Amino acid sequence: MIVKDAVCPFCGCLCDDIEVEVEGDRVVAVTNACELGTTKFMGEKRLKNPIQRVGDEWKDITYDEAIRYAADMLLSAERPLLYGWSGTHGEAQCVGVHMAELIHGVIDNTSSVCHGPSILAIQEVGHPGCTLGVVKNRADLVIYWGSNPIDAHPRHLSRYTRYAEGFFLDNAFRDRKVIVVDVRKTETANIADEFVQVRPGGDYAILSALRAIVQGKTETIPRTVAGVTREQLIRVANLCKSAKFGAVYFGLGLTMTPGKYKNIRNAIELVSELNRHTKFTISAMRGHYNVYGSNEVNTWMTGYPFGIDFSRGIAFYNPGETTAVDILARKECDAALIVGSDPAAHFPRRCLEHLAEIPIVQLDPYPNATTAFCNVQIPVAVTGIDAEGTAYRMDGVPIRTRRVLWSDYLSDEEVLSRMYALMQEAQQP
Amino acid sequence: MTELLVKNACVIDPLRGINGDVMDIAIRDGKIVEEVSDAAEVVDARGMLTMPGGIDSHTHICGTKVNFGRYMSPEDMRAGRTPRRGPMHATSGYSVPTTYGNSYRYSVMGYTTLLEGAMAPLEARHTHEEFTYTPLQDTMANTLFDGNWAIMEAIRDGDIKRVAAIIAWTLSAVKGFGVKLTNPGGTEAWQWGKNVSCIRDPVPYFEVTPAEIIRSVVEANELLHLPHSVHLHCNNLGTPGNYTCTLGSMGLIPDLNPKRQTLYATHVQYHAYGGSGWKDFCSKSEPIANFVSMRPQIVIDMGQVMFGRTTTMTADGPMEFNLYRLHHDKWSNHDVELETGSGIIPVVYRRKNLVNSIMWSIGLELALLTKSPWQCLLTTDNPNGAPFVKYPEIIALLMSKRYRDAEFATVHPDTGSRVPLPAIERELDWNEIAVMTRAGAARALGIQDLGKGHLAPGADADIAIYPLKIDEVDPSAEYQKVIDGFSQTEYTIKRGRVVARRGECLVHGSNATFWVRPKVPENYDMSKDPDFIEKFERYYTVRMSNYPVQEEYLSRNRCIETEADL
Repeated sequence: MIVKDAVCPFCGCLCDDIEVEVEGDRVVAVTNACELGTTKFMGEKRLKNPIQRVGDEWKDITYDEAIRYAADMLLSAERPLLYGWSGTHGEAQCVGVHMAELIHGVIDNTSSVCHGPSILAIQEVGHPGCTLGVVKNRADLVIYWGSNPIDAHPRHLSRYTRYAEGFFLDNAFRDRKVIVVDVRKTETANIADEFVQVRPGGDYAILSALRAIVQGKTETIPRTVAGVTREQLIRVANLCKSAKFGAVYFGLGLTMTPGKYKNIRNAIELVSELNRHTKFTISAMRGHYNVYGSNEVNTWMTGYPFGIDFSRGIAFYNPGETTAVDILARKECDAALIVGSDPAAHFPRRCLEHLAEIPIVQLDPYPNATTAFCNVQIPVAVTGIDAEGTAYRMDGVPIRTRRVLWSDYLSDEEVLSRMYALMQEAQQP
Repeated sequence: MTELLVKNACVIDPLRGINGDVMDIAIRDGKIVEEVSDAAEVVDARGMLTMPGGIDSHTHICGTKVNFGRYMSPEDMRAGRTPRRGPMHATSGYSVPTTYGNSYRYSVMGYTTLLEGAMAPLEARHTHEEFTYTPLQDTMANTLFDGNWAIMEAIRDGDIKRVAAIIAWTLSAVKGFGVKLTNPGGTEAWQWGKNVSCIRDPVPYFEVTPAEIIRSVVEANELLHLPHSVHLHCNNLGTPGNYTCTLGSMGLIPDLNPKRQTLYATHVQYHAYGGSGWKDFCSKSEPIANFVSMRPQIVIDMGQVMFGRTTTMTADGPMEFNLYRLHHDKWSNHDVELETGSGIIPVVYRRKNLVNSIMWSIGLELALLTKSPWQCLLTTDNPNGAPFVKYPEIIALLMSKRYRDAEFATVHPDTGSRVPLPAIERELDWNEIAVMTRAGAARALGIQDLGKGHLAPGADADIAIYPLKIDEVDPSAEYQKVIDGFSQTEYTIKRGRVVARRGECLVHGSNATFWVRPKVPENYDMSKDPDFIEKFERYYTVRMSNYPVQEEYLSRNRCIETEADL
């Protein structure tokens, strides 16, 4: 059987033109997807059933036992953390928010260690953005700043920018200029028309210099700024001002380097400034296929995109205090439910030391670094492969992922709903 | 079978001509019926003002830009928060509350049906997801067609039937209810950083004018026999002197439908400005209201501004950028490929600001100068003019000259020379308020035949019972009682269940979404049109097969099927 127009559950590009060939309960071929997506569709070795750690051993347990264990763990916790969420569908995320509210827990998603600072900048100055198709059809200038799509979002270039067809561009490949700004010459820099090599930590200064040039204050620019010549800065500013439609796509190279959210704020303000001259937009290269969906769900249900603390009944948001890393580093958290992410592979050592001390249940189809910290792991169906549900692309476009094969695994939503039902029952007066 | 009997209600039900009669209302299984058995549960309304559930015919509560308003505004989220309590979930937000916040606060005010004012088709799934979490109101979405490439191309080719066919396919695909034009042509121009100045200005590349878009889409809307008329946010919102553009747009509209208006012009306060700049900015509510009063084919809503902090959000991207250049606060913009756009900025409307004071006056003037309340509905374009929780104050201002004078004394002192408000004596009565907040909205949206906006047997049992004795309260003098009374129902009944009582929501409801599916002949089925399909697959970044909103997103829903004349 061939499933057409399947949706790739890997990165924020959320490509929806994938052809998946299925034989029985196996994917045997994948067309149109990048290497990352193909690997995900082809699958790795999944856990067969829920497992529980008993001493130094793993014991197979039933879904009922695993779900009961998780519900009891969360109900008896004083400061439960519900973390992850970017690698699952929106319907499951909604259950997670209700659960956090019920048990007065903290719910946080992976953006707190990823594009969290970008969100803080947006909360200060807003976000002039657009859907990816607007860029594809119009942009004659694309800037990748601190992002390397060839490695991280391989089809971003072919679907939306460098190699994409554009309605308003006669010869899109020739007429569309690409600038890459980075600290090293990445693969993406090799296909750029202009490469701006910034000294590490120098992005803020470069952005400020560009803003000054765009405002006509060229004389204030020194001969070099953070390793970039004044001539190149002027050339880049002129390319921006003379473009009919410019688009900036930034990655963690801008968000998580010195300056952090201030970098993003400066970049957004540069783009707002450029809108006085021409049309310009800016967007984050979101990582997980549904990290943006997690921000969206959290926002309509609680008012905040991540790091929400229900300990006082109301939704309370204070990144740096109510975010997962901080709660773990302060050793406050006394139980954690991990869904659709792998914190052990990404969190600081101090957090992991605390994770090793507390009970953890993880919902994930595969064994991962976090498995080593778990008391119980519950394998679930993979959204976009054997489960369907909503995901939000990096530009906010929601797409329903398709199921390409049927398995006996429960979806995240099913497992969480059963857990939530047990918790509601226990809390009935 | 569940039965409920509302006893001794003082009923105002304008669609049935009932104005203050004390009567019982019988309800069975969510519908109004002639009578119920003795076993029915009884709600004693004790002579309290009882009306069909409120209907907001233009509000922004769900979807991409609303949620972005929340996302970018933690300061607004902190400004209104409640904990989980009984069946009520936690809520956040003042001007852009979370979905539960919207739903509970509307319910407490007696509102049972809401029209989301603007949904980009490409992002419709998001709107429907949020509808699911707006449990206590029935919902429906205006669908944006202002910058739709396929439609502009069909208009350029002079093919109105194709325009209708594209609308039909899109509405069915995205589960939309009405046809919305926001700054027609301007949202496409804005994707180049440009705008259109008024209705005769051609859209770049497509070479059609806003006037052509408005006229063609209005005709197409009637060919499809949609329940609602075209819902227009005129070009040139918010600019001094724009009232001529508004009159020009309204002047394009023939009277094509005997049952309802042919054009619904929304938040007209923002489109009723005189002057050549901010220095001589003034009200032009009179020519607009007079024009509307002479044309039954037009219905407007107020778009009232109230003083205080709020968040502006609209598909009108270029307008928001202009506002940003005035306010220098944060600015978000979100253009949507081949379709439309949106913008968001927070604002504070101040009494001490002359322009803001004039805006406040204009909204009230439109409601007071338009002769028939059926032609001017009560809105704030929530949250653009003010959050909807201000509706009770607006009702009181419309019902009391004394209250208006008291407020007028506090606004910018030069306002008097720029607006007619102080000279207007009219005070609206209870019945007129009922028209502006439910009956008129139901008729304008074309949902009265679906059992909305009235309490006749067969209608949905959506009822608001306010703790107001209309024969005892003099709204002209006791305006604070009017505000208090409309702020919190004694009972809000939705589909035959008491869902809110004295400020508390009692159940987790499940709403219904209304959407339309026009039936078109085979040769107008866009899903089989090679040219349409080819352009879709080439220029959208979502495959055509992944575009339609699936059934999974409609929990309880009512599909309105129409037969198109194509």
